[in-house]
Amino acid sequence: MIDNTHSFRFFDRGPSPLARLLFFAFLSVLLMFVDVRYRYLESTRSGLSLLVSPVQAVATLPARLWNQLGDYFTLQAHLKEHNQTLQAQHLVDVAQLLVLQSLQAENQQLRALTTLPLRQTQTSQLAEVIYSERDLFKRKIIISKGASDQIAAGQVVIDDSGVVGQVTRVFPYLSEVTLITEKDHVVPVQVLRNGLRTIVFGAGDTSQLSVRYMPISADVQNDDVLVTSGIDGTYPAGIPVAKIVKIERDPAYPFARITCLPLAGVDKNHQLIILSSLAKLPDLPITEVSADELAKKSKSKRGHP
Amino acid sequence: MYSKAEIQRPVGNTFIVLSIFVALLLNGLPWHGVGLMLKPDFVAMILLYWCMHKPMRIGIGLAWAVGIFADVADASIFGQHALTYTLLGFGGVVLHRRLQMFDLRQQASQVLIIFALTYLAYGLVHWLAEGEVIWGYFLGVFTSTLLWIPLCLLLQRLQQVRVNRER
Repeated sequence: MIDNTHSFRFFDRGPSPLARLLFFAFLSVLLMFVDVRYRYLESTRSGLSLLVSPVQAVATLPARLWNQLGDYFTLQAHLKEHNQTLQAQHLVDVAQLLVLQSLQAENQQLRALTTLPLRQTQTSQLAEVIYSERDLFKRKIIISKGASDQIAAGQVVIDDSGVVGQVTRVFPYLSEVTLITEKDHVVPVQVLRNGLRTIVFGAGDTSQLSVRYMPISADVQNDDVLVTSGIDGTYPAGIPVAKIVKIERDPAYPFARITCLPLAGVDKNHQLIILSSLAKLPDLPITEVSADELAKKSKSKRGHP
Repeated sequence: MYSKAEIQRPVGNTFIVLSIFVALLLNGLPWHGVGLMLKPDFVAMILLYWCMHKPMRIGIGLAWAVGIFADVADASIFGQHALTYTLLGFGGVVLHRRLQMFDLRQQASQVLIIFALTYLAYGLVHWLAEGEVIWGYFLGVFTSTLLWIPLCLLLQRLQQVRVNRER
């Protein structure tokens, strides 16, 4: 039997391959343009992700089963040792927690005295990493909590030692987290030692961060810890972000070149914590003024080409 | 190209859909580090195979649709994989007569060029959108080509087994 007998149609084969290529290529370019520029397609994407997520679940199943099997056969000695270290850690933590509680109470009193707005207490959710960096180009992970767990874009993701990233896209049962090491991802921070405010940028392809636009004379040292400053409202204040490992002060440049390493296990952990409440700041008051200025600038540009 | 002059059984739609599904699954495995860099694009390979062997049924449109799914699975820009697979489908459909006359080794050399062009399109889109190029990504061209011959043999064998069993 010869294959494709039913397709021996001599005249009507629909549009030529070239026409199809041009049509679908144009469609793809249009989609990319709309996606990159306007982000209109998020609902379509989350709809389609319902179809794709079973495939992804099946694909990760062997690795997950292997891990579970490994967990099951963990040596008893390891467990015992682990338990002991946990106990010791627990004691230390309890002590610190007690101090923290007293400090919190004291702080609340003080704030009540000065009628400052209370800092919101953070509620948090635990999520598991399902994928890490499917694409070589990206520093993004997919975690196991989505819109069904009231996750919203913009929430902050941390682990036990610091900031990991920020939720950037929410699907029904998953959400995408952009890591702080993503190229040009920005975190407002301050130096823990002296309170100096600055900004940390992701470096992209390596797991490093960099501090740009810091004058050569600025008071920073190796091993300085950077914590979030809380400015801009996206990241709550006081969470550790990075540690400075290298400072190059070249007098030929106006800014020092500062390299940091993230404190959190950005590429390592399996469980992450999503902080649920975002601080609500009043809106920036200067938007109208800046719009006017822009208009003036563009006018003057047109006036003097 | 069929060395034993076997006439192949008509391929069922289920078989084609299943093969594409398996390819999506393989692409979805948790690849890491060097493995990720060397990862062949299984979906591209399977689409090219079907576009080449069944150009009347599997064409550019289906390649585009699978590309959209790959975009969702990879969280890449909407249409990035779609554009890549459209180009791939076009290459397969237009060149299918020439490719079918070659033996597998000669095919592989032609397939290398098709893969290289489609990877180039993907890299170009990424460069335009994000402003950076990661050269390690292009190693996938060579691994995909190296796996082309085993893939063809495997798919042909699967079709032949079905014939024998049903006779």
